[in-house]
Amino acid sequence: MPSFERREVHLTLPVARDMEIAATAQVGVLGELLQMERDRIDEVKLAVVEACINAFEHSGTPDRKVEIEFVADEKSGRPFLEVWVIDAGRGFDPARVAEPVIREKIHSKEKRGWGLKIIESLMDDVKIESGEHGTRIVMRKYL
Amino acid sequence: MSERLTVTVERPDQIVAILRPDGYINASGGEEIAKEAYALLGGGVVNLLLDLERTRIVNSIGISILIEILEKVLDQKGKLAFCRLTPTIEKTFQIMGLAQYARLFPAVDPALAWLRGETE
Repeated sequence: MPSFERREVHLTLPVARDMEIAATAQVGVLGELLQMERDRIDEVKLAVVEACINAFEHSGTPDRKVEIEFVADEKSGRPFLEVWVIDAGRGFDPARVAEPVIREKIHSKEKRGWGLKIIESLMDDVKIESGEHGTRIVMRKYL
Repeated sequence: MSERLTVTVERPDQIVAILRPDGYINASGGEEIAKEAYALLGGGVVNLLLDLERTRIVNSIGISILIEILEKVLDQKGKLAFCRLTPTIEKTFQIMGLAQYARLFPAVDPALAWLRGETE
């Protein structure tokens, strides 16, 4: 792994259809900078897509924007890519989000609800801070 | 990636159909696939293969539509298979448990053999 300096990118997305794809482009650039394997970059991309969709659909953010911070850095010699997805919406309690079960989804009207499970499964570290002033999902993937 | 997903349909025989989406499987992409799948199911073709060679991202909304397609295939006593998934999409399907109800294959031919009942 070549030495590198910390890199940060900030992106503001409007709440609008398919805007999550704009965030995946930044993941691709920083992932390649870190020389992260393509499959691991794809995992970060999907996690970011899901975090953005959660914010778009559920936050009710009054400014109709989602802020995203991308950081390529290292900790104790371990390079990582970290993404913060931040909204100013109503917030939620992650502990109250039901674990989705495929058996229950088939032949159910409610087939959604996979986002957090996908994020937590694909990323190495996930922290969710949420309250009445908004939500911040911090996701980290090591090289 | 943001361009609208397209789906081509191939009918190698009377038993199976192959759907080949090209693009991002989100809500609208999933609906495009569902439209083609339901037309096939309505015409009596109940064994479907989704070849995902040209798809790199399936979001959770798209996956929920794929579950709807799976539901309708199972209702008609058919079989659903996926092939040529990226490692990330395969991992996602495994995480969700979708692979308990639909088979995942690395290539087209073994998927078709399973759909035709030639292999277990």
